[in-house]
Amino acid sequence: MDNPHQASSVDEARAVTVSALLAGEERLRRRRAASAAVDACAWAAALLAVGVLAAVVVSVAVKGAGAIDASFLTQSTANFGGGGIANALAGTAILVAVAALLAIPTGILVAIYTSELGGARPAVAIRYVLDILAGVPTIVVGIFVFGLIVVPQHRQSGFAGSVALAVVMLPLVARSAHEVLRLVPDSLREAGLALGASRWRTVVSVVVPAAFSGMVTGALLAVARAAGETAPLLFTTSIFPDFVQTDPAQALPNIPVTIFRYSESPDPVKHAQAWGAALVLMLFVLLVSVIARALSARGRRRLGSAR
Amino acid sequence: MASAPGVLAPPAAAGLGRRRGALDRLGDHGLHALALAAALASVAIAAGLAFKVFSEANEAISTFGLGFLTTGDWDPVHNRFGAAQFIYGTAVSSLGALLIATPLSVAIALFLTELAPRGARTAVGTLVELLAGIPSVILGLWGILVLGPALQGTIEPALHAALGWLPVAGGLFGSDYSLVGLFPAIVVLTIMTVPIVSSLTREIFATVPAAAKEGALALGATRWEMIRTVVLPHSRAGIVAAVILGLGRAVGEAIAVTQVIGGTAGINASIFAPADTLASRIAGQYQGAVSDIQASSIAYLAAILLVLALAFNAAARVIVRSLEGRTEA
Repeated sequence: MDNPHQASSVDEARAVTVSALLAGEERLRRRRAASAAVDACAWAAALLAVGVLAAVVVSVAVKGAGAIDASFLTQSTANFGGGGIANALAGTAILVAVAALLAIPTGILVAIYTSELGGARPAVAIRYVLDILAGVPTIVVGIFVFGLIVVPQHRQSGFAGSVALAVVMLPLVARSAHEVLRLVPDSLREAGLALGASRWRTVVSVVVPAAFSGMVTGALLAVARAAGETAPLLFTTSIFPDFVQTDPAQALPNIPVTIFRYSESPDPVKHAQAWGAALVLMLFVLLVSVIARALSARGRRRLGSAR
Repeated sequence: MASAPGVLAPPAAAGLGRRRGALDRLGDHGLHALALAAALASVAIAAGLAFKVFSEANEAISTFGLGFLTTGDWDPVHNRFGAAQFIYGTAVSSLGALLIATPLSVAIALFLTELAPRGARTAVGTLVELLAGIPSVILGLWGILVLGPALQGTIEPALHAALGWLPVAGGLFGSDYSLVGLFPAIVVLTIMTVPIVSSLTREIFATVPAAAKEGALALGATRWEMIRTVVLPHSRAGIVAAVILGLGRAVGEAIAVTQVIGGTAGINASIFAPADTLASRIAGQYQGAVSDIQASSIAYLAAILLVLALAFNAAARVIVRSLEGRTEA
């Protein structure tokens, strides 16, 4: 073998290596570019979601603030022109309060059954039913309560509306209460029983207090949800008078149906009032959710330290 | 220690507690009875709901039978009713919404689990959850007064220019731009389903074992390659379940859709034209039916929705169960 040949084979090998390296580098660059493109898409999607939220909130805030003044909050709805939402605010407060009184104690008792007292199989079955109930479209709940209460009584009523809202709230309250009860460590239950407390004493004075703030969070989120629900009210309490009505046996004026009707109206004055009512509703929902979230963060910290 | 419900054993020292026994027995039985009654009440509500909706729909079901599903009439004057056009509207609006919402939700979930700096993660996560909390009637108000004009003025003409020439699909993007119609309904439903699907998907992504992700990265995979080969295959079934739950939500949404869809019976090829869905037709009829058969037909629509909701729930459950089986194995 002579030298030139050897040299050329070395050169060849070097060239092959260099080109392979270059190709590898090229491919690496492409792979990195693909990854960066996907990163950019994920950032864009997150920004889009935040942007849509901002667009809705800003629209409601700007257009709603223009409509709200003292008379808007103290006058009742009117068929033509001005008027306010006082009667709708009062009605929604009553509707949601009655629904909460029906749904929250029941929901917490259901959770105590599924988490603490019931056997494993019945508990799973009940939770399955709650899942199904939570998945029923709320307009169907409205049709149900329409047939259950409105048809036999031949008239809409605030009570029917509250029952419909309570059906929507019940699975939310029960499921969230079940989740927080399951977070309570068994050592607490055993400690209660070891001290000689009976089952119900242990549940009532050890387990439930430990889970209390979490249960309040779930209940508050359900209240926020109910306050904005329109569909269950359409067939139960939507044909109401333009004055303050506090008797739940009559149809109660309420905020969601008022916004719904005004948004369908061709009248710009009604549109402005719909924005005003929407702002009031949105502030309430946001406030309640923020309080609920703060409570839940605190409760989780406390349960964490108990563990 | 994982505990099954009902782990609380009766106090061992039963003999010792004879003094306070009476009160405790009363309390134990009382609380158990109350909780059981509440649990049974929720079962009764679910059963009563199904029974009531079907009994209200009974007259329409016996008059029109299953032909109701394939008939396109909604004629209160001649008492002819059918759901075909509403089924079409429901299918197009909710499938269209999920078509847009699914990739967006997966991207948002990837952002929240893989990409976001810690501060942005909490902030964006919370904001997306707040988006889920906006009452649908407010979203509908925004949809009809802000979104509708924007879509009609700019986006619909742009879509028509870009896609209207396509041989078959082009018919979907006609030149009949409108303030109300299927397209605004699709957009509003997208906004309503993205928070649900993305938060479920995020929970699924969080269950991907860190070791598998780190392994892929250690082998030199880029982040996207790691996501494609580890995160997505692990989460496929869960994402499908999340999308089905989002679909259930979109199908059942009545209020916001009623506000933006235009409430027109009849099937129009273009998605820019007004239409109606099962849920929005029910909501649109709230001011009263003129005849018993019309009222019963409305309940028939509700019964269809109920069956769909149950089917979606069952499908998602089957998928989640197969998922649990896999992780246990």
